[in-house]
Amino acid sequence: MDSVKGRVHKYGDNVDTDVIIPARYLNTASHKELAAHCMEDIDKDFVNNVKEGDVMVAKKNFGCGSSREHAPIAIKASGISCVIASTFARIFYRNAINIGLPIMECDEAAHDIKDGDEVSVDFNTGIITNETTGKTYKAEPFPEFIQNIIAKGGLINYIK
Amino acid sequence: MGMTMSQKILAAHAGLDEVKAGQLIEAKLDMVLGNDVTSPVAVNVFEDCGADSVFDTNKIAMVMDHFTPNKDIKSAQHCLQVRSFAGKYGIKNYFDVGEMGIEHALLPEKGLVGPGSLVIGADSHTCTYGALGAFSTGVGSTDMAAGMISGKAWFKVPSAIKFVLTGKPAPWVSGKDIILHIIGEIGVDGALYKSMEFTGDGIGYLSIDDRLCIANMAIEAGAKNGIFPVDDITREYCNGRFQGSPVEYTADDDAEYDEVYTIDLSSLRPTVAFPHLPENTKTIDEVGEIKIDQVVIGSCTNGRLSDLRIAANVLKDKKIAKGVRCIILPGTQQIWLDAMHEGLFDVFVNAGAVVSTPTCGPCLGGHMGILAQGERAVSTTNRNFVGRMGHVDSEVYLASPAVAAASAITGYITDPAKV
Repeated sequence: MDSVKGRVHKYGDNVDTDVIIPARYLNTASHKELAAHCMEDIDKDFVNNVKEGDVMVAKKNFGCGSSREHAPIAIKASGISCVIASTFARIFYRNAINIGLPIMECDEAAHDIKDGDEVSVDFNTGIITNETTGKTYKAEPFPEFIQNIIAKGGLINYIK
Repeated sequence: MGMTMSQKILAAHAGLDEVKAGQLIEAKLDMVLGNDVTSPVAVNVFEDCGADSVFDTNKIAMVMDHFTPNKDIKSAQHCLQVRSFAGKYGIKNYFDVGEMGIEHALLPEKGLVGPGSLVIGADSHTCTYGALGAFSTGVGSTDMAAGMISGKAWFKVPSAIKFVLTGKPAPWVSGKDIILHIIGEIGVDGALYKSMEFTGDGIGYLSIDDRLCIANMAIEAGAKNGIFPVDDITREYCNGRFQGSPVEYTADDDAEYDEVYTIDLSSLRPTVAFPHLPENTKTIDEVGEIKIDQVVIGSCTNGRLSDLRIAANVLKDKKIAKGVRCIILPGTQQIWLDAMHEGLFDVFVNAGAVVSTPTCGPCLGGHMGILAQGERAVSTTNRNFVGRMGHVDSEVYLASPAVAAASAITGYITDPAKV
């Protein structure tokens, strides 16, 4: 998986893991059940609107709060192909890599890109292209071993 | 270049003489923790890996605290899965109903963490143990599984922010007010990826419970860990309790810090974080008239004996306001027993509060006190995100046990000095 392309679901600062997947649904580890409630407390229409391959874009400190790995799992299982944010909270950042959810830190892209834009992301170069406006952005690509972890679908498949 | 206290603990566990901020290291773990929400995912990963043993049956703790006593069938299934795993692999520190407590109240109490320990836990508030001079940090379930298998984890060595605490806190100002004040100053990502190292003469006025509360909420500023130096207060708490061998680390005089904040504890006031971020702080003098429906006193932040004593001190011979529900959750079985023997439960029940078994319960909107649409709670917990304690249109105001108890009496957010 070298690149992805999809429609943007845009959010603001400090999107916490409680709104990504509320704790009332943490009595399951089923990826499908978690995905069915993804973003429910911040965007109740998300699960109806999201399509396989869509991209999530948010501003600073995405994924703050609880260490629940259910949060990146829910996003990935909902069909999101990449999350772009100005910054990520550290536990979410690590969890996303570990479960194979592609993420990119790029402040300029996170501010410019709007809800509904079509965006493509090249994981090898770190180039983010807003296909709607034609503008491109450069994020720092992950080193090869991290890219491999994500491409294999997470740390466990990587080390197996 | 010198090292911070956090860096020294990481270096020692990586078998290195020196580490630098930004360096990637692999380090040996003294404790790997999980709860009933995160452990099932870790157990699935463990089994998916084909692992057939854990690295050390003494160095894994599994605490069934979030949705216990089980609130529904799915939660019961999760606990069953973890209980079976713990039995199969001989996990010594498996704590179920009857022995369990809220994990971050329980592990220090049982002496499973102490000075110099390196701890990861699949719970973001694992940073609590920095109060005892440990390096401890929250991770996800996959890292927990890898830790259980290998006894190791990789870390990016963090840089640090130093907080010099000076002076003596005024009456009714506790660890909770100090950490809320700090988060209000630096913001919920003010320490992102970094260590928060606390120092200064002011920490001599802070009890272990105050320090545990402060380190607990380091994550609410985005920090990787929060840490206190080891002093006589730490030693007195850990002596005869800590099951490992304490190692005291001190930051080098020439350690480099990204920023240094000096905070005069004597100038702080009781502090409240308004919805929906812990950084939205106001002093008690600025809160205005905020009517409330529920008060929660407990959690890994403020469910310790001294917290319950403070609440009882405020509630003694008083009645909880009509229309307010006050829920008190002692952190562990031992805290529960001690509070009962001290007569604190008489005070609570006579005032009109209820006392629960230990559980994380309402803090994360799990059970034992969920808010309806439009309701407001004053809570001694650690997060006030949208929908955190229940309905997406409910509100949580974070405060100390003293402010929470005073608010329960009046039905409005209230200065404990005024009841």
